[in-house]
Amino acid sequence: MLILVLKRILLGLITLFIVSLITFVGVEVLPGDACTTYLEREAYGAALEACYKRLGLDIPAYERYVSWAIGVIQGDFGYSLSGEMKINDVLGPRVKNSLVLASASILIGIPIALLLGIITALWRDKMPDIIISTFTIFSMTIPEFISATLLILIVAIWLEWLPGIVIVPTGASVSELLPNIILPVIAISMIMTAHMARMVRSSVIQVMASDYVQMAILKGVPYWKMVFKHVLPNALLPAINVVALTIAWLLGGVVVTEVVFNYPGLGRLVIESISNRDLPVVQALAIILASIYVIINLIADLLTLMLNPRLKSLQIKK
Amino acid sequence: MTLVIKQEKPKSTFSKIVEIISTMASRPSGLIGLIILVFHVTLAITSPLYAPHDYKAIDPSLMLQAPSSEYWFGTDSLGRDVFTRTILGGRTALTVTFFGSLIALLWGGALGIFCGLVGGKIDDVVMRIIDAFLSIPWILAMLLIVSLLGTSTIVLIPALGFFYGKGIVRVARAATHDVIAKDFIVSARARGHGNFSIIWNEILPNVRDAIMVEGAMRWSWMLLGFSSLSFLGFGVSPPTPDWGLMISNARGLMSFAYWAVLAPIFGLSSLIIGINLTADAFAKALGIDRSTKAPV
Amino acid sequence: MQQVVQEIKNLSIGFTSKKGEQISILKNISTTINKGETVGIVGESGSGKSTLALAMMGYVKHGLFTISGECIYQSNDILKMKNRELENIRGRKIAMIPQNAGQSLTPNLKIGYQIDEALRLHTNFQKEDRDVKISELLNKVRLPSPETIAKRYPHELSGGQQQRVAVAMALAGSPDLLLLDEPTTGLDVTTQAHVLELLNFIAKDTGTSMVYVSHDLGAIAQVSDRVIVMYSGEIVLDGPVRTILKNPIHPYTYGLLKSIPKLTLSGLPNSMSGSQPQPGTIKEGCSFYDRCEFAEDKCKINSPELEFVSELNTSVRCFNHKKLHKKKDEDTKSSKKVLRKLTKNEILDISSVSISYAKQKFIEQLLNKIDDTNPTVKDINIKIDKGETLALVGESGSGKSTILKSIAGLIKAKDGIIKFDKNKILSNDLKKRDANYLRAIQLIFQNPDESLNPNHTVEEIVSQPLKLYFGLSGNELKQKIIEVLKKVRLGEFYLTRYPRQLSGGEKQRVAVARAFAAKPDIILCDEVTSALDVSVQAAVLNLLQELKVDFGTTYIFVSHDLAVVKAISDRVAVLYQGRLCEIGPSESVYKFPSHPYTEVLLGAVLEPDPDIKPKLVAEDIVEEKPPEKGCSFQGRCPRLLGQICKTDVPPWQIDENGNAIRCHIKINDLKNQQISN
Repeated sequence: MLILVLKRILLGLITLFIVSLITFVGVEVLPGDACTTYLEREAYGAALEACYKRLGLDIPAYERYVSWAIGVIQGDFGYSLSGEMKINDVLGPRVKNSLVLASASILIGIPIALLLGIITALWRDKMPDIIISTFTIFSMTIPEFISATLLILIVAIWLEWLPGIVIVPTGASVSELLPNIILPVIAISMIMTAHMARMVRSSVIQVMASDYVQMAILKGVPYWKMVFKHVLPNALLPAINVVALTIAWLLGGVVVTEVVFNYPGLGRLVIESISNRDLPVVQALAIILASIYVIINLIADLLTLMLNPRLKSLQIKK
Repeated sequence: MTLVIKQEKPKSTFSKIVEIISTMASRPSGLIGLIILVFHVTLAITSPLYAPHDYKAIDPSLMLQAPSSEYWFGTDSLGRDVFTRTILGGRTALTVTFFGSLIALLWGGALGIFCGLVGGKIDDVVMRIIDAFLSIPWILAMLLIVSLLGTSTIVLIPALGFFYGKGIVRVARAATHDVIAKDFIVSARARGHGNFSIIWNEILPNVRDAIMVEGAMRWSWMLLGFSSLSFLGFGVSPPTPDWGLMISNARGLMSFAYWAVLAPIFGLSSLIIGINLTADAFAKALGIDRSTKAPV
Repeated sequence: MQQVVQEIKNLSIGFTSKKGEQISILKNISTTINKGETVGIVGESGSGKSTLALAMMGYVKHGLFTISGECIYQSNDILKMKNRELENIRGRKIAMIPQNAGQSLTPNLKIGYQIDEALRLHTNFQKEDRDVKISELLNKVRLPSPETIAKRYPHELSGGQQQRVAVAMALAGSPDLLLLDEPTTGLDVTTQAHVLELLNFIAKDTGTSMVYVSHDLGAIAQVSDRVIVMYSGEIVLDGPVRTILKNPIHPYTYGLLKSIPKLTLSGLPNSMSGSQPQPGTIKEGCSFYDRCEFAEDKCKINSPELEFVSELNTSVRCFNHKKLHKKKDEDTKSSKKVLRKLTKNEILDISSVSISYAKQKFIEQLLNKIDDTNPTVKDINIKIDKGETLALVGESGSGKSTILKSIAGLIKAKDGIIKFDKNKILSNDLKKRDANYLRAIQLIFQNPDESLNPNHTVEEIVSQPLKLYFGLSGNELKQKIIEVLKKVRLGEFYLTRYPRQLSGGEKQRVAVARAFAAKPDIILCDEVTSALDVSVQAAVLNLLQELKVDFGTTYIFVSHDLAVVKAISDRVAVLYQGRLCEIGPSESVYKFPSHPYTEVLLGAVLEPDPDIKPKLVAEDIVEEKPPEKGCSFQGRCPRLLGQICKTDVPPWQIDENGNAIRCHIKINDLKNQQISN
C-alpha cells in the first residue's frame, strides 16, 4: 500500500518535471526569445543586452533550465519582465484569489452533481431524469463566457440583484471576496456540475444493472438501504477519477470567467502576461496550474486506493 | 439440417451511412441536432451570397441602433449590422474547428492504436508524456502558442488539433486494448498475419466507431475552446466577424445594447448544442454510451 | 394431498420489440411446486428458464413485463405485490442462489456483513446471536474457518467458496423455497460435484423445497425429484426424474438425451439438427416442428397443448408422444461408431516443455539469475501421431490451454523443444516460424463470439487464410470459400452474413471452416464446444470427426468436459497444475483410471442418470500454485503414500494397456485399491 502511494507520488513528480521541460523547451523552440518579443522594436543594442543579462539568456539553455528549476523547487520563480518584480510577489495574492473561487465552485458543484446524478439514475427515463438531463446537456455545452455574460445581463443589469463586476483589490481578504463571487461561481460550476452529474448517472445505472444489486433485491433488502449500501459505494468509486479530471478541466474555465468578471485572480494574470509577452510569468503559471492538476489527481488516486476493497486487501496479503 | 434464410442483405458503405443517419434522426434530440447542424453548415457556406450589409462598414452615425426592419438585429458600437455579422460569424469557427478535429482524429487515433497495440514500456512512456501535456491547462498552452506564432488559421488548426487529440489517444488506446485481448486477434497472430494487416483488418474496423464518436465530441469542445480564445482576443483578428469576438466587444455596452450580445450568443450556443446533440445521437446510433467519458 | 408451496397459473412474460410487437419469452406456464420437493427446470439458453425462476420471486427484469397469469404463494399473487410486501417474502420465504456468485456478492461489503444483513432483515436475532448464526451457516456450507471467511471480501474467495457463501446467505432466512439458477455452472468438475452434494444434504436436512434451474441434465439428474423441460418459452415435458431421463416422451428431450456425450457411451453421440428458434419467430404450430424427427403436417399448423399421461405421471406437449412411449432406455444409448484411421507416423513431438508466466525482473535479467524454478507448466513430453486425436483434460489452472498456445507459438516456452513432422524444430517465437509451419497448425477457439471479427462477413473471415497462405484472389478465391463452407454444411448465402446474424452453432462452423481453409496438418481445439448449447455441441463434434476422416487431420483437443473428451479422443493426457499425471489410450484410461487424480476427476463427472451418483474421493481445495517439490497432486491426493510424495517427483510407470502414469504407488496396487473401494 505504502509503495503504491509512493509510486503515485513519484509519477506525479515525473509529470511535473515533464511539464517544466515542455514549457521551457516550448518557449525556447518557438521563434523569438523573451527579450526580443518583449522589447519588440527596441530590441537592439544596449537595451537588448541588458535584458539578456537580467534574464540570464546569455548563458546556455540547459544551465538556465537547471538554475531555473532549482529556483522553482525552492519556491522562487525569478523575476517578471514587465514590473521587474519578483514573480512570487505578483503570484501570491492572485493564486489565493483563484483558489477561493475554484474551491467555492468545487464545494458547491460536487454535492449538487452527486445529487442530480443519483436522482437522474434512480428515476431513469422518468420525469425528473428527463428534466434534469435536458438541463445538464444545455449547461455542459454552453461556454463559460456565454453563461457568465448572460448571468451579468440578466441578474446584474436587468434584475439588478447582484453586482456584475467584481470590484475588489488584488490583496482583498477572503471575507471581502466572498459576496462578490456568487455569479462567477455559478458560471464556473455549471459546466463542471453538468459533466459530473452525467458521469455519476451512468455509473449508478451501470451498478444498478449488476448481478449483485439484483441479488440484494432478491434478498429482500429495502430499496433505500440497497441504494446506500450496495449501489452508491460501488458506483461512486470509479467516478472519483473522472471527477478529478473534470476539476482539472475547470481551471481553464476559471481563466475565462475571471476575465469576464474582472476578478483579480490568475486568469487575468494569464491574459496580461501573455499579452505583455512576459514569458517568465507564463512559465511560472504553467508550473503552478500543472501542480494543481497533479495534486487533484493524486488525491483522487489515493482516495480510490483507500476506498477500494480490492486494493485494500493487497496490504493484508503482503 | 433446416436452414432459415434471414432477410438481411449485405450493405454498401453508402446504405450504412444512410442507416446510421436515419437511426440518429429517429430520436427527437438527434433530429433537432441534425437540423441545427445542417442549418449552420448551409448558412456558413451560403451566407456571403445574401448578407444584407457590408460586415465591415463602419458608420458612427448608426451606432447602437435597436433592431429595426432595416437592421434586423440592430447595430453594434461601430455602427455595423449585427444580423450580417451574426450570419457570417460562424464561418471561421466552423472551418477551423472542423479541420482541427480532423487533425485531432488522425494523430490521436493513430497514436492511440499504436500505444494500445505495443503496450509495455513504450506505451507507459508515451502515456506519461500525454498526461503531462494534459496537465497544462489547454487555455494557457493555446494562448502561449497563439501569442508567439500569431492567430492565423494556419497556426490555429494544427494547434487546436494537437491539443484536442490527447483525449482521442486515450479513447483509441483503451478501445485497442479491449480488442487485442480478443481471440480473433490471437487467431490472426497465430496464422502469421503481419502487424500492418492486423491493424488494418482486425483492429481498425473495431475501434473506428469509438474514435469517430470521440472525434465528433471533440468538435463541440474545440468549438467551445476556439470561441473562448476569440472571446479573449486571441482567435480571429478584427474586422472578420466572429461570434466569440462579437460577444467580447459588445459585452461592455450590453446594458444599452443587449441585442449586439444576444445575437452572437444565440448563434454560437445553437451551433454548439447542435453539434453536441448530433454527436450524442451518433454515439447512440453506433451503440456507444458517451456519457461515461471524461471531458479531457 | 401434497402441500403446495407455489402455484404458477398460465404465466406469460414478454417484451415489446422495436417494431412494437409483443413478444413472449414465457408462454402459458402452469405448474406447482410441492413442499419438500426438488424440481429441476432444464432448457437451453433462451428457453426462458431463468425468467421463470425470477418470476417465482416476483422479479421481472428491466424491459420485460407480465403479459398474463399469476404466481401464487400463500394464496397471494407474488407478481402483483408491492415492494414492501415482496421485501418480506424475498430472502425470508423464498430465497435465490444465483448463477455467478462471484458477481452476485456486493464487492465492497465483507462476507460477514452480507450474511448478517440477511439475518437482520429476516430474523429477530440479537447481534451476538447473529454472530453465532453466521458461523453456523458458514459451517453448514462446509467452509473452513468461518471467522476468517466472514472477514473477507468476496474477491478474496475462490469460485467454489463464493458459491457456498451464496448458499449460506440464502439459508439465513430459513426459506420455504430455494430457487437455484445454474448454481454450479462455471465451477470445476470436482467443485461442482461437491456443491451438488451439499445442496442435496441441505434439501434433506431442512426440508426446503427447491427449484433447480440448469442447462446441464447431469446436474439436474443428481438433485431433482421432478423435472420440467422447457423449450422456446414453453413447458414441453413435466414429470418424475426417472421417467423424464429414462423414458422421455417428448421428441426434444428424446433428441437432447441422445446428443449428450456420456461416460457410459462409446463413440460420438447423435446430433440434433438446427437450433432453438428466436423468440417471436414462431407464429403458429409447434415450436419444435423444424427440428422434430416425428413431425407431421398438423404439427406445422396446430400448437399442441400440455397433455397429462397418467400411466407415466407426466405432462407432455406433443401430438405424437405415444410413438415414443415404447422407445426404451437402450434406444437413447445408441450412437455412431467412430471411424479410426491411425497411422504410426509421428507429426508432433513435444519434449520437456516448460512454460512460465512469472516475469523476470529487470535486475534478475541483469544478474542472469536462474529464474523461476517452479514454472506454471513443467516437463511436458508428448508425441502425437498423424491422424490422431489427443485430448488434454484437467480443471481450470491445469495448464491445458497454455500448452496449446505454446504449440501455436502464442506463448513462448521457457524450456524444451517442439518438433513438427519428425525433425523440423518449431521456433518458440511466432515471428521466426516458417509460413508453411504456421499454415500447418491452426487454432479453433472456445467462444466464436470472440474468435470471429464482428465487423467481417463470413466471406472475409474464411478468405483470410486462403489469401495469406495460398495467395488466392478473385473468382478462384470465392469458389474456394464456397467449397470450404460446404464442407462445414453452410450454404453459399452465408457469405455475406456477419457473425451477429448467425446462431452459436453456425458461428462455430465458420470458425471450423476458417481453420480447415488453411489445409492444416494439426488443428488445436481449445474448449470448442463448451460455449455451445448441448443440442448443438453434438453436431459440431460430429462435424469435426467427419472432417478428420476426410482430411486425415490431427487434433489436439483441450476440454474440461470428460464425457466430450471420451467421445472424440483416441488418446487422453490428464494434467494437474501444469504437470502430466496420466496419458494413455482413451478407452483404457476411462476404463481403468490409474492415477489418483484421474480417478477423482472421473468420479466427479455427472451423468444424466439419477441412478449413477458421482464419487467424491478428494476435497475440492483450490491450489493457486503447483508445489515446489514432489508430486503435483500431493495437496489433494486421497491415496497419499507419505513423505516421498512431498519430496520426490514420482516416476513414470506404464501398464499393459499403454496407460502411463506418474505416481509413487505401483500401478497395479492402485488398481487393486480402486477395486477394493
